[in-house]
Amino acid sequence: MADFDEALTAFAAEVGSEGPVCVRGGRTRWSLGGDMAPGTREVAAPAGIVAFEPAEMTVRVRAGTPVTELHEALAGSGQRTALPERPGGTVGGALMAGESSIARLGLGPVRDGLLQARYVCADGRIASGGAGTVKNVSGFDLCRLLVGSLGTLGLVGEVLLRTMPVGEVERWVHVPGAAPDPARSCHTAASLLWDGTDLWAFLSGYGVDVDEDLSRLAELSSGPPEDVDGPPDLPPHRWSCTPSEAASFGSGNGAAGRFVAEVGVGVVHASEPQPARPVEPGVGELNRRFKERFDPAGRLNPGRDPLRKP
Amino acid sequence: MVRVVARTLAEATRRVLGSRRRTGRGPAAAEPAQAGDAALAADLEAAIGADRVRSDAAARYLASRDASIYREGNAGPVCYPDSTADVVACVQVAARHGRAVSPRGAGTGLAGGAAPLGRPVVLSMTRMDKLLEIDVDNGVAWVQPGIVNLDLTRALAPHGVHYAPDPSSQAACTIGGNVANNSGGPHCLAYGVTSAHVLAVEVVLSDGSVVTLGDLSAEPVGYDLRGAFVGSEGMCGIATAVAVRLTPDPPAVRTMLLCFDDVSDAAATVSAIIADGIVPAAIEMMDQRCVRAVEDFAQAGYPEDAAAVLLVEVDGPAGGVSIASERIAGIARRYQAMSVRTAADEDERARLWKGRKSAFGAVANVMPDYYLHDTVVPRTRLVEVLESIYEIVDRYDLIVLNVFHAGDGNLHPILAYDSRVPGADERVHAAGREIITMSLDMGGALTGEHGIGVEKREHMSRMFSEVDLDQQARLRASFDPYCRMNPGKVLPSAHSCSDIAALRASDASGVWG
Ligand SMILES: Cc1cc2nc3c(=O)[nH]c(=O)nc-3n(C[C@H](O)[C@H](O)[C@H](O)COP(=O)(O)OP(=O)(O)OC[C@H]3O[C@@H](n4cnc5c(N)ncnc54)[C@H](O)[C@@H]3O)c2cc1C
Repeated sequence: MADFDEALTAFAAEVGSEGPVCVRGGRTRWSLGGDMAPGTREVAAPAGIVAFEPAEMTVRVRAGTPVTELHEALAGSGQRTALPERPGGTVGGALMAGESSIARLGLGPVRDGLLQARYVCADGRIASGGAGTVKNVSGFDLCRLLVGSLGTLGLVGEVLLRTMPVGEVERWVHVPGAAPDPARSCHTAASLLWDGTDLWAFLSGYGVDVDEDLSRLAELSSGPPEDVDGPPDLPPHRWSCTPSEAASFGSGNGAAGRFVAEVGVGVVHASEPQPARPVEPGVGELNRRFKERFDPAGRLNPGRDPLRKP
Repeated sequence: MVRVVARTLAEATRRVLGSRRRTGRGPAAAEPAQAGDAALAADLEAAIGADRVRSDAAARYLASRDASIYREGNAGPVCYPDSTADVVACVQVAARHGRAVSPRGAGTGLAGGAAPLGRPVVLSMTRMDKLLEIDVDNGVAWVQPGIVNLDLTRALAPHGVHYAPDPSSQAACTIGGNVANNSGGPHCLAYGVTSAHVLAVEVVLSDGSVVTLGDLSAEPVGYDLRGAFVGSEGMCGIATAVAVRLTPDPPAVRTMLLCFDDVSDAAATVSAIIADGIVPAAIEMMDQRCVRAVEDFAQAGYPEDAAAVLLVEVDGPAGGVSIASERIAGIARRYQAMSVRTAADEDERARLWKGRKSAFGAVANVMPDYYLHDTVVPRTRLVEVLESIYEIVDRYDLIVLNVFHAGDGNLHPILAYDSRVPGADERVHAAGREIITMSLDMGGALTGEHGIGVEKREHMSRMFSEVDLDQQARLRASFDPYCRMNPGKVLPSAHSCSDIAALRASDASGVWG
């Protein structure tokens, strides 16, 4: 059991034990899951890196830290986390939104990277879920429950994240006219994006393997693959599909409009919003029970509901 | 002592289970069926068929224990459901009789998770062992919970994919048990434990309703309830179907055996490999005593004069595999490795792994009893941790064999002993307690893959505060407000539903009393 650091205890004191309260991160996904109930008091989570252990491949960081700032600090040791970088987006915000990075194919989903979370409960006390090690099955998995919960079960103040090595060589390439499926044989592809016509690939790995994948992509391409700075412009709405649904967007998913699909993952960025996804009544009921047990007075991030995520 | 070489992994595992069942703390026969159970059994039989319910002493005896040393389990009627509908029916009948339900898979659990407390209805899930659907395009397969881990892997092989978590017990343990314990295995270092490989689970809740947690889309809506369910040790509901993630077989694999004449050099090599930014598929370590036992048992070709060996596997595209393995060999030599051997072909690779996977079976040849511990420590501190373990077991005059998932700091010290020697049990428990304390003091965790069960239930408060445990209890109660699913496990008594009438019927004390 740990002594909590001052920033965390100060955060808990600010959250207190009464009245509706929400956490302001970078406001990059502010209305995800519904608008904040009017009159809700806003607090900010503490910021700063507490401890980076490159040899352990973990980093302890406060939730209010911008992800870009965290990644700059890790880059010095050739590491990063699976969290998505959005201008101004914070570690806590990324975890609570639960949306994966554009490089999920290579980095994995956000949920797998959270090893320990210290958070303020609805009653104002600080709880800790998970462990300080890279492996742990001691008790029920509060970390998985918190990721994507939009701060409705607890307000995260400090986390321990798994880090991973940055590839020896990393390149974004635009591959005109390439079909998505054959590109999946590129083992160094940490991201494959397809807009129905062209493909973009983010290759990350050892130089020899990246070169091999580049020649593979050249064969699929109608013109030579060209180096680009990053992914194409992504349309604003996020769809969650199975990988094969995402691959079928090309054959005219009119409702989506312009789209960029994450090949092999199933996230699709589209100009039109995804229609509401049906929720089994039993699952809806379970979600309500969780909210009731963890936040009986409904004071944490009122107005937000992960069931209403697009 | 007769030495028999187990020819297959399955045989090795069965031998271990067999020896665990015969030894340990004098297994008492299951208590005679109680009068009230006759009506319960009759209702269960009416619900799923007389041939699917057993109340005889033999069936209840087998269903009362797992592979842990815990011997206080006491099963009520044992049901063998064939379908989700059967499971629902059993749960409803049990609820009508005010009785709890405990699911079990193969009973290979090492923490007493499947040991029923309070004479619950036991649901043995082993008949629900079908592979329902393989969907290679979406990288997913739906399976029933009773399917054996290795059978799934074998069935997937022709498709060029596999199910990544590979517990050493994979020849016997079930996917349902893996999900309940969030099990790991050597290859979880690079690929992640069970939780990262479960996309959705169909679950029967304690009120008999059926829900599907998670789905096959990239980001399911709502709370991550499948994530909350994985690792819940049978206490949140019964998994009746599981959608597992399929991992493409890597294009290249290289397996290396690194041998050292000093345990500390081997441990330092592990830390140095991780620090170098290499993520091997697996890094397993065995110390000399373990190597010798394995050689006697399985002839894996490990050098018996080595103080420690590391089994390291790298996989991925061919170029990177050869670069990474050369870097690993370089690190090993820097730490004075006696030899660095790379498996020349698939045969040699299989033999090297067979040694590792039969380590527990081999222990049975060293002493009649063993207690396998499972804690986690920061992987940068392996050298001092191993020194502490040797110091502790020396002080208690015990034998320890170390074989463990070194890459993620997951220790498995095996205390081998003979429970017929007066005082041996006490020494084993005292040493075990010290190993747990030492691991926690180093910033570690109580368990890395075997779970809490009853074995470590009362240790939970050493790792978690009252607030933390209260939050965990809320997670459990959100799934099962009635505390009817596998009660009495994981949470220390103050936080569990120890008040339910059913539980009072039996002695629910933990291993440590
Ligand atoms: C020789 C040996 C080696 C081992 N090696 C490893 C290893 O490398 N890694 C590792 O992680 N573990 C290992 N284990 C431990 C054990 O094999 C795992 O915990 C395994 O996942 C248990 O599976 P099982 O089918 O035997 O489950 P059981 O022991 O029958 O049950 C385990 C838990 O799962 C619950 N359960 C079972 N089925 C269901 C279901 N359908 N729904 C809900 N809950 C259910 C039970 O109630 C219980 O709490 C080893 C054990 C042995 C004996």
